[in-house]
Amino acid sequence: MIYGFAWDTSSPLAYALSILPILGIGLIVTLEAAISGFAIALVLGLVWCLLRRSRLKAISWTVAFVVEFIRDTPLLVQLFFLYYVLPDYGITLPAFLTGALALGLQYSAYTSEVYRGGFDAVPRGQWEAATALNLSRFKVYRDIVIPQAIPRIMPSMGNYAVSMLKETPVLSVVTVLDMLNLANMIGDRTFEYLVPLSIVGLIFPVMTTLCSAGIHALDRALPKAGFALR
Amino acid sequence: MTWTHYIPALVKGAEITIVVALVSTVLGGILSFVVGIARVEGGPILSKLALVYIEFMRGVPLLVKFFWLYYALPLLGVSLDPMTTGITGLVLNISAYGAEVVRGGLKSVPDSQFEAARALNFSRAHVLLHIALPQAIVEMMPAFGNLAVQNLKDTALVSLISIADLTFQAQQLRNITLDSARIFTLTLIGYFIISLAIALAIRLVERWTRRGAAFPRAAHG
Repeated sequence: MIYGFAWDTSSPLAYALSILPILGIGLIVTLEAAISGFAIALVLGLVWCLLRRSRLKAISWTVAFVVEFIRDTPLLVQLFFLYYVLPDYGITLPAFLTGALALGLQYSAYTSEVYRGGFDAVPRGQWEAATALNLSRFKVYRDIVIPQAIPRIMPSMGNYAVSMLKETPVLSVVTVLDMLNLANMIGDRTFEYLVPLSIVGLIFPVMTTLCSAGIHALDRALPKAGFALR
Repeated sequence: MTWTHYIPALVKGAEITIVVALVSTVLGGILSFVVGIARVEGGPILSKLALVYIEFMRGVPLLVKFFWLYYALPLLGVSLDPMTTGITGLVLNISAYGAEVVRGGLKSVPDSQFEAARALNFSRAHVLLHIALPQAIVEMMPAFGNLAVQNLKDTALVSLISIADLTFQAQQLRNITLDSARIFTLTLIGYFIISLAIALAIRLVERWTRRGAAFPRAAHG
């Protein structure tokens, strides 16, 4: 019994139905991890991207290296790094938060490239006009560049959000009770892994297909010219 | 313990990581072409099957694939050893993404090439092997390079099905010494170096695919 739901192993179908509520609770954790991870990736990626555009070579080159390093190393090892090393320095986070942070960190390397592409796609004349109007750098980004870049970056961001969703099972390794972890726990107790793991294996493609469709719809609904941030 | 004490065990793990990455990338690359060509040239039934394969394999997370192959498949009577499980999982994963790359590459070959080939009465196999693929492969290489690096990063997950790769060795070392910061820093650096090597190798292969390229395509450089 997990979360008060008992399983019924009399037949595969009864077994599948009896564990669905447990996996459903795991699914919520999976979605929460993906959403919080992506929120972190969106913010951190923007920070990387802006720092890379710094006029100080020391800053822009360091950030370029850090981003490349994050991009070229596995999420699992980054997750272990955060999970085991942060507490050594007195920073103890719950496993879920560590997991979301690792997801966000890994994907910030990707999102920073998406932002770069989006900013570069804003016509030069817009930058020049903003400079001519003597706007501060902060205002140029907030009022001119980012609003126009949003529709351009939406499709790639959507793709990364979906692929992040598919990486959340890795969090089960550091005791986050996501769908995969719960499926394994059920298997450990019933010695029957086939049904729970197959259900998880089917839920993911369905979920990613739905999310892709949702993101496409959102993308089409957004105004193509961009929208103001205030 | 100093930094250097960890190196031998980590290098031993890195060797396994490199073998797993190489074998799965090569086999996955071959399967990518099979599935990708089936998707584009396969006729109504075969191309639908290829589409289902691509969508399903891309939709299922790699770790779920591993655990399913490792824990669930034996209940159906098929027991694979960890190494076979790991490489199978990676190949199923990379081939689905690779098939889309192959499809995109074949789509990038101008229609006029196919029309000219048809006018010359070449067979379909000849058109594919000697006209379409040699041109398409040049377009596919950068994407395959990204997939190879992605695949290397994905190999870290084989440590969870008890293969003694770089990540596995790092975990073992940590369990003994509790010296997390140094061990995982070295591990991250190890993966970074292997990634750079793969990126370099792919660039060399890319140059090889360009050999004898006709002049309009060489301009892509």
